[in-house]
Amino acid sequence: MSILLDASARLLVQGMTGSQGSFHARLMREAGTQVVAGVTPGRAGASVAGLEDVPIFNTVAEAVEATNANAACIFVPAAFAADAILEDAAAGLDVIVCLTEGIPVLDMLRVMPRVRASGAHLIGPNCPGVTTPADGVKVGVMPWAVHTPGHVGVVSRSGTLTYEVVQHLTDMGAGQTTTVGIGGDPVIGTRFIDVLSMFEADSETHGVVLLGEIGGDDEERAATYIQERMTKPVTSFIAGKTAPPERRMGHAGAIVSGTSGSATAKEAALTAAGVLVGETPEHAARLLVDRLR
Amino acid sequence: MKVHECDAREIFRRHGLPVPDWRVASTADEAAQAASAFEWPVVIKAQVLAGGRGKAGGVKLADSPAEAAAAATQILDLNIGSEPVRRVLVAPAVDIARELYLGVVIDRTAQSLVLMASAEGGVDIEEVAATNPSAIVRVNVDPVVGLPDWEARQLGFGLGLSGAQVHQFVRIARGLVEAFVDVDAALAEVNPLVVDAEGNLQAIDAKLNIDDNALGRQPDIEQLRDPHEESAAERRARAAGLSYIKLDGTIGCMVNGAGLAMATMDVIKHYGGEPANFLDVGGGAGVEKITTAFELILEDPNVRAVLVNIFAGITRADDVAAGVIAARERLAQQVPLVVRVAGTREAEALELLDSAGIGAERSMDSAAALVVEAAR
Repeated sequence: MSILLDASARLLVQGMTGSQGSFHARLMREAGTQVVAGVTPGRAGASVAGLEDVPIFNTVAEAVEATNANAACIFVPAAFAADAILEDAAAGLDVIVCLTEGIPVLDMLRVMPRVRASGAHLIGPNCPGVTTPADGVKVGVMPWAVHTPGHVGVVSRSGTLTYEVVQHLTDMGAGQTTTVGIGGDPVIGTRFIDVLSMFEADSETHGVVLLGEIGGDDEERAATYIQERMTKPVTSFIAGKTAPPERRMGHAGAIVSGTSGSATAKEAALTAAGVLVGETPEHAARLLVDRLR
Repeated sequence: MKVHECDAREIFRRHGLPVPDWRVASTADEAAQAASAFEWPVVIKAQVLAGGRGKAGGVKLADSPAEAAAAATQILDLNIGSEPVRRVLVAPAVDIARELYLGVVIDRTAQSLVLMASAEGGVDIEEVAATNPSAIVRVNVDPVVGLPDWEARQLGFGLGLSGAQVHQFVRIARGLVEAFVDVDAALAEVNPLVVDAEGNLQAIDAKLNIDDNALGRQPDIEQLRDPHEESAAERRARAAGLSYIKLDGTIGCMVNGAGLAMATMDVIKHYGGEPANFLDVGGGAGVEKITTAFELILEDPNVRAVLVNIFAGITRADDVAAGVIAARERLAQQVPLVVRVAGTREAEALELLDSAGIGAERSMDSAAALVVEAAR
């Protein structure tokens, strides 16, 4: 078992003819993902090196019709990414993973009602994607090699920090059910609570590492959810304790403004909810491994 | 990106907000001259991007050309939040009966805009939010639909406005939401929105921050960028595709990925050191990019040691190692360097670094402990 994506995932890649799209489509397939279609407007019938058997379509609707794709991965530039999300939602895809960084926040506000109405799970934007090791499914750009199948769920707002922690888990002998990078933007499709509820319901997941960072209050909301609803152990690391206020730390959503969004407040909320908060990323992994022992 | 008050006023006025006339001056003489165009008294306000301008002495009243010149001289001499005052805004002083607050921001949780109004204007709204949260009324606004009149009216009545004031308020609130959407703002604020002695509403201040992700489609707004908002180093970093923020510590950091970069700073602190900067080199790490990153880090005279922390997923660790070695050879200045590489092609990277005589670590914790020691 896993969450969001399993072996039945049939992936279409938007922007597969681009350099990023083609490179990562090949890596996703190497990991075991069924890459069934590519979509690039105006490039129907084109062929991508190393993926010659994957047909390219002009529209997502055509790709779904021809291949029964049920998930999408978006590699298109920021100016067109919101439109790509809308196209996927309109085509009835179950899971939409949007890697694109730099989408204007107003675009996301306009897109989200449609996504919610469609019932699709949007992961991201500005995220590394979703990886389910046991099923050989990777959608996005996470390094496959750091993963190993097991019973830990990982959910994170960051990319490389996630790989860091997954590597530690793997080194400690604790494999993962699913690793979900939910993205570093202020407005994202799937939030901590959504993923925590899926992990709580997944019988294979025995515990969760939650990797938060400064900005917003999703960690605080997660803390409330964990306290009220979760039976499985959760450990956490919150990045940005040393970040200065009012400065955007790389991610558009990572900013402490006024009194809101500080790492200290998030740690306090999580600790009060019974979450073990690590001093370092490695420590957070260690705390969960010890709890599951 | 932050927009100066004088530019924000222009944008708000374009969207129908009643903003009294103003002029901008960069010398005391200009300020006195500008003031003479208005009735006395006038208000002279520092044009800085930092907050807390009033408390810092950046806002003064003047009743004559001589007073205006003196006030401008004093204000132009100030540094507000380390930002020198380069220009002042001169406007007729408004006879204030009441001060209200009106602002629009993104509500991350509700995933919509939120219009905030308060009868306690003219003060730090963060403070009101902390001490008397019920004094702030919030209305979520769908950016596609805009603010409906009825909701604006309801807010206006709730603020204790009556008669024509409510109609004025509806126009102002709707205008502020329209301005927000029009320029892809991250924050649009009128504080204070005042009721003057005649009972009319006037927007006598204007604050506007823009969503950095939207600047590509807002060329007119990009033109308003104050080059002084960023330091020269930050500007150079942005041009090179790096995300760099200078801090006060002694340990320079070069990391790939924003979350890991923040975590690296935290781990340095955990082991007793102080980070000198936040620096995300992003994906891909060619020699040029790494060299620029090193230059930025080493330009900071406080830096006594450097930690490079790369978790190679997409990036190849051996490419990064080669970049670090080449960049180090190019740079005259040498400080203790600790490199931590992990992930894709880690073994090859460690070998390269070892043969170049650069200490390499596999774990972030051990690397941080080592660099903290080296910076002592």
